[in-house]
Amino acid sequence: MGKVKVVNVSRRFIKDKDTSTLALDNISMEVDDKEFVCFVGPSGCGKTTLLRIISGLDSPDEGEVYLDGIKIESPGPDRGMVFQEYSLFPWKSVADNVIFGPRMRGIKKKDALEEAEKYLELVGLQQFRHSFPYELSGGMKQRVAIARALANEPSVLLMDEPFGALDAQTRNILQQELLDIWKKKHITILFVTHSVDEAVFLADKIVLMSARPGKIKEVINVDLPRPRERTSPEANVLRDRILKSLLKEQNK
Amino acid sequence: MIKKLFQNLSSKSVEIISICSAIILWQLIAVYIVKNQFYLPSFTDVTLAFVELWSKDAKLGLMDLDYQLPVLLVDLIYSLLHFWIGLLSALAIGIPVGMIMGWFRTIDRVVDPLIEIVRPIPPLAWIPFAIIWIGLNPLAAGFLIFIGAVFPIIINTFTGFKSVSRVYVEAAKVLGCNTDRELIRYVALPSALPSIAAGIRIAMGVGWMCLVAAEMFGVSRNGLGYKIWHHYYLHNMDLVLVYMLILGFLGLFIDRVLRYYIDGKLLKWRKGVVI
Repeated sequence: MGKVKVVNVSRRFIKDKDTSTLALDNISMEVDDKEFVCFVGPSGCGKTTLLRIISGLDSPDEGEVYLDGIKIESPGPDRGMVFQEYSLFPWKSVADNVIFGPRMRGIKKKDALEEAEKYLELVGLQQFRHSFPYELSGGMKQRVAIARALANEPSVLLMDEPFGALDAQTRNILQQELLDIWKKKHITILFVTHSVDEAVFLADKIVLMSARPGKIKEVINVDLPRPRERTSPEANVLRDRILKSLLKEQNK
Repeated sequence: MIKKLFQNLSSKSVEIISICSAIILWQLIAVYIVKNQFYLPSFTDVTLAFVELWSKDAKLGLMDLDYQLPVLLVDLIYSLLHFWIGLLSALAIGIPVGMIMGWFRTIDRVVDPLIEIVRPIPPLAWIPFAIIWIGLNPLAAGFLIFIGAVFPIIINTFTGFKSVSRVYVEAAKVLGCNTDRELIRYVALPSALPSIAAGIRIAMGVGWMCLVAAEMFGVSRNGLGYKIWHHYYLHNMDLVLVYMLILGFLGLFIDRVLRYYIDGKLLKWRKGVVI
């Protein structure tokens, strides 16, 4: 199960006595099990902050976040996370990176390595198991990062602009691969992006956020049939609508 | 086989020519310009002194050991003993202190001013206290080398820990690595290793520099540094130069071995990084 519930969450960043920013203002929302939700909004709207609060890396000043009815207070292996920056441990080989989570849970190295093959196969990098991160391209690094996050068998996968640093082609390929993984693994995915194209291609539900203070402006259900055509008229209509709404937000 | 050796040599020809011409130049200056063995022993003087020294024996009287060995070897063993006492204790204290300072902000604030006050004192200024506290024994020499080596190790370990990338720590946290102990062990330490290794190299250099001074005040009748002063008093300048060269070559050798081991084995994941 991977039901995420956000209740009245606010988060204020205090710089010094006089300056502070309200990054999230009284946000409430629910994500269903196995749902693919994208967060879109102008930069600085607090979408990453919200994701970090759900991961447990940050904590809200007010409000609570629940995963399957249990309050989230610290990071845990039930929530995997993929970062925008390359976060693979450069001193570990690909396979050793993937087994990091299972090893932390006390699983024996041999068993963990066997299990890791499954995840490396899922992202198509089996032949790179002994490589070090410096030998991989950006797209491969993020694939390994996804495999590493999945190796803990999380019920929710949190992704913070994971493909932001990749070139357009690699990005499209990885989006498709992510959808395949999502279909196979049946997990909830919360995906932060600044690309409307990406959100329209991936999401069941797009959460549109407004800037400073970060609020949920609109939740759009994307009921385009899958597999989706990036350039279909319906997708274009939806993209147009979201882009216009974002533009209004930025000009405010 | 011989052909390969020859090829190897010819690929290093520039380096070989450089060293050979330096030796020839040295010999010519010593024989035809200085003309005084006391001021500048020539290359051949030094070589002969070395050969002569090699045939002399001395007693190695460490603890229960009692062997007759070439005097040079005995000196070497004593010097390495002093050196390793100092370096190993510097590692044993410097790395943990640097780690804790780098990881816990409060401890850094407590310890840092103390270190900054003690650090600028030149290691050799500690000689009187080394003798009074520890006495005239190998441990006192080790203590001076320790003083020289410990600060580069602390500072580099500290810097390495301070610059652990936040994303690695956060990635480890979401993967279930949550306690300080685990984060230090599995994330901060490996991530700081390049910086720690650089610190150890600097520390070995400084420690080696301190060796001569540490042995100068006679903690034992042997040791490469001690012998330099000993032969200076006897005005055997050729032997002084022999010991100087041995100190130089040994320092080079230790540095190379360490570099080979650390860069080749421990830090092979950093091959892609331009150093």
